[in-house]
Amino acid sequence: MDDPRVRMNPAARGAVAGLALLAAGVAASYALPDRLFALGQVVAWLVAAAGLTVLVGLSGQLSLGQAGFMATGAYAAALTQNALYAAGFTVAPPAGTSGRFAAAAGPTAAGWTLPVALLAGVAAAAAVGALLGLAAVRMRGAYLAGATLVFGLIVTPVTVLVDALGGEQGLRVHVPRAPDPVGSAVGEGRFRVWVALVGAALVLAILTAVVRGRWGRDLRAARDDEAAAALVGIPVARVRLGAFVASAATAGLGGGLYVYLTGTALPGYFGLTTSLFLLVAVVIGGAGRLVGAVGGTLFVVAVPIVTTEVMSAVDASPALQARLAGNAPLALLGLCLVLVTLATPGGWSARLGRGPRRVRIGWGRADQGRSGRLDLGRPRAGRRGDRGRGGTGARPPIPDVRE
Amino acid sequence: MARFIFLTIDGLATGAVYATFALSLVLIWRAARIVNFAQGAISVAAADVAWSVGSRVGGWWLGLLLAPLVGALLGVLMQRFTVRRLGPERHLDAIIVAIGVAMVVQAVLGMVFGLQYRPLPAPVSQTVLTVGGVPTLSPYKLLVLGAVALLVVGLALLFSRTAVGLRLRASALAPEVSRLLGVEVERMTTLAWGLATGVGAFAAMLVLPTGPGLHPTAMDGVFITAFTAAVLGGLDSPVGAVVGGFAVGLVLNYVTGYTDEPNLAPVALLGLLLAVLLVRPNGIFAGPTIRRA
Amino acid sequence: MRRPIRAAALVTAAALVVACSPTDQPSPEPYVPPRGVTETEIRLGTHQPLTGPASSYSRVALAMKAYFDHVNAHGGVHGRQIVFLIKDDGYNPANTQTVVRELVEQDEVFAIVGGLGTPTHSAVLDYLKEEQVPDLFVASGAGSWNQPARYPGTFGFQTDYTTEGKIVGHYLAEESAGETVCAFHQDDDFGREFVAGVEAGLGAPVALRQSYIPTNTNVAPQVQALQSAGCTVVVLATLPSFTAQVLRTADQLSFRPHFVASTAGSDYATVGAILGVDKALLEGLISTGYLPIATNPDDPWIALFQQILDEYGDGGEVDNNVVVGMSIAYLTVQALQRAGREITVDGLIAAIEEGGFRGPGLVPFAFSPTSHAGYSGGRMSKVTNGKQDYFGPAYVTDAGSAPVTEYTEPAAVPPPDGIPTP
Repeated sequence: MDDPRVRMNPAARGAVAGLALLAAGVAASYALPDRLFALGQVVAWLVAAAGLTVLVGLSGQLSLGQAGFMATGAYAAALTQNALYAAGFTVAPPAGTSGRFAAAAGPTAAGWTLPVALLAGVAAAAAVGALLGLAAVRMRGAYLAGATLVFGLIVTPVTVLVDALGGEQGLRVHVPRAPDPVGSAVGEGRFRVWVALVGAALVLAILTAVVRGRWGRDLRAARDDEAAAALVGIPVARVRLGAFVASAATAGLGGGLYVYLTGTALPGYFGLTTSLFLLVAVVIGGAGRLVGAVGGTLFVVAVPIVTTEVMSAVDASPALQARLAGNAPLALLGLCLVLVTLATPGGWSARLGRGPRRVRIGWGRADQGRSGRLDLGRPRAGRRGDRGRGGTGARPPIPDVRE
Repeated sequence: MARFIFLTIDGLATGAVYATFALSLVLIWRAARIVNFAQGAISVAAADVAWSVGSRVGGWWLGLLLAPLVGALLGVLMQRFTVRRLGPERHLDAIIVAIGVAMVVQAVLGMVFGLQYRPLPAPVSQTVLTVGGVPTLSPYKLLVLGAVALLVVGLALLFSRTAVGLRLRASALAPEVSRLLGVEVERMTTLAWGLATGVGAFAAMLVLPTGPGLHPTAMDGVFITAFTAAVLGGLDSPVGAVVGGFAVGLVLNYVTGYTDEPNLAPVALLGLLLAVLLVRPNGIFAGPTIRRA
Repeated sequence: MRRPIRAAALVTAAALVVACSPTDQPSPEPYVPPRGVTETEIRLGTHQPLTGPASSYSRVALAMKAYFDHVNAHGGVHGRQIVFLIKDDGYNPANTQTVVRELVEQDEVFAIVGGLGTPTHSAVLDYLKEEQVPDLFVASGAGSWNQPARYPGTFGFQTDYTTEGKIVGHYLAEESAGETVCAFHQDDDFGREFVAGVEAGLGAPVALRQSYIPTNTNVAPQVQALQSAGCTVVVLATLPSFTAQVLRTADQLSFRPHFVASTAGSDYATVGAILGVDKALLEGLISTGYLPIATNPDDPWIALFQQILDEYGDGGEVDNNVVVGMSIAYLTVQALQRAGREITVDGLIAAIEEGGFRGPGLVPFAFSPTSHAGYSGGRMSKVTNGKQDYFGPAYVTDAGSAPVTEYTEPAAVPPPDGIPTP
């Protein structure tokens, strides 16, 4: 099951991936100085998308609630950050504020409080992921999708129910500002993107390493044929749970990074739309492919920006302009989704010539309890491949008359 | 006690709509193993078109007849031009495509009709009738219940007693064998889609007069709740969809009505869903899992 | 990297100004215009929900632009044309982050004016403070815009929910002795702040509170609870679509209390459009307001706004959203005028804090060095024979413990050409 073309060991591969992302991101932060926030959003989201692509593509578990885990991590990080700030772990603010704003400038949080807060976010998201995962690993396909969908929808209600979470207005978070020499040389916005990139590079490196290793193999095996995997000694439930928790943890980091980038935590950042956009990013990039997750996230963040710019160039009466301009980005993004998905079997990164490594995510029938067909990526005559579960396949299944 | 009766009756009435919509989702699931995320948007579009006609001639009744036809047409178009091209294995991509279609449909509706609520008045009174001092249902909600009952019975008869129904079931359950036996599976799948989106549009025409009105996102809430209900009941089970729909309607009403904290309702729904799926991972009414040699 | 250079220029300029100000010597250094200000133009930006769930407010932006165009046609402010950039955030705070950054960093606006929406604007408070961008006249009734120590550049515009609630509570205390007052509110800060204000003005808690969330339009359980509790007055802190739902549901249950609604959800045209044939349900609805009502063509401000809309707008009728937009724009022009030709960020803030702006409002602004709250009160309104009109005196109070007092100054008259005199 290892790609015979791999020469590097997984750890080295991971390091390469992480460094590549870091380099690309830093370069982009100079190439696109007007789009630093969008870049930051891409970085925060791609962390969540990377975990999701592993969950969906390699583990075959469809989650529609990734934003719910982002919210968990975000709020945990926000509360931790504010608690550390209130406890006095602060430094003087960087220079640059003047006049009326200088008086309001107050001390800023110490730099080390950020990684602590982010870790708290990851831990919280992982914990919630473990709780939900204990239930989730027993569910298949659309049922898991339904459960994760409803989970994602409780974010706003919970922020209103729990006073400390600030409701719809959200929380103001005392995030650290860039330290003086670096901050003025590079700019606060760019610095934050870099910090986010470090986090993302770490996640990408770790994920790249582990999916190439034993864990990744176990994941794929459990995805393709549970019974066979169990027979060879893979602890299927534990492996699935691990993927679920890992995905939640990465989402938690993504949420925490978004809090750092904006200095706020609001439920509106983590709604159903975000979950769906992350899923779109995963699918467009090719489920299971980490490189694809990066590309897919770029796509999903870029398209609304591009379509808005295109639409603002169109001339029409003010009322019509508003109606068109407001709705056109949505229409164009939807159209892109449909066309791109129809045109690219296996997602973008499959087109980069990485070979026909097909990812199957069939859901089988409820009465069969399977998660899909075994596919080892190599032609295999006979036996395991054509037990033909899950949709129309090699050999027709014997119809079962029980409804 | 009076409050309990009111909450129950009102919950069943809203639940009826969820049940209908959940049924439409189950229809597509059984035919194609896909959850049609565009169901809500398509049903609003159908209601919009039907009401554009109905508001000029024929009223709500004509709208009720037209909406399923328009919905079916839209569903068939969607299936033919998008989902069918994906082939049978790409379930995940089908969800993405459905999301894309939903976005396009909602955006187009926004461009054509604007983003304000447009009233969709009910054909009969919506004043709640009281029985012995206890508020029960309005004539309109009785009408809704009746329509839903007729629909469910009609669908049940269609699937169990007619040749078309048998072909539909065969195509969903065992496509290869059906093909061998001369059933045009592709056509049946398309028919199932059309039927399902038609049912969804029917549900939309029923529920929209009870809300603020027509709006591109007006059915989003119903879709999500109905999806939850269908999952609860078991995506393979029409009975489960109906029971799930009523159950969800009741739960939402009880939680909102007895805790005075409407934000608890979605949390309660999650709790219910997890509780059920922990014990029955394929929904309440799923058949037992079968292992094959 | 423009920001550090600008910041350095600002620091230098400010330092020099501070160094020279206590004496009568003329400052020797030339005036350095801040970001967004040039010889010939001054750039302003706003974020608005042109699409999405709050798009019923989309005409506010249009009205602001129309008014600024009118001012430009008459020479602008201090010889500068106002360039007004409107960006749509779809009422989604994540989008607000993006568009406000675009406005500040790419479009280099001098100030953000009339940012609309509570969750959306909350998302960018800190960013605007960090970037030292004046954040003027936020179009939302939340109390968060009034924090001069924490957000020195942010100013409110609307009467905040608590203040408004106090006025409603005061009115109910005077007029509705013996009634059972209950509340139906959105389950968030808007609803809670308003009801807290009502209870403060009333001097007592309401008999029963029921709430709703925007994702569930079935409010029958809540309305039935209000009915069983025997409420005779129901205070509403609802958005227009839910005002419509409550009125309809109550009517269906044959429940007919007096309804008193927050101004956020009581606009007759908006709610009436949603109700359609049930419009008559609005009859008798009591609310508050602090600006002229759009359906009153005799009001000189409405006539002025209609003229401007005809010339620079979409040719439609003035509605209450247009009134809000043009009033914000009018106040903005007043503030810019007072800040002078050599406008600076600090200068603008100080100019607004002087207060005393008179315009279409029925009550004064609460601007001062210690308060950045906007309008400080309102007047009660009622729907009679399909028309919403004010009655009684205007009242002023604050979000704290100040009493509710009558405000008897007559309303200001618009200047002849609609442009405020400096």
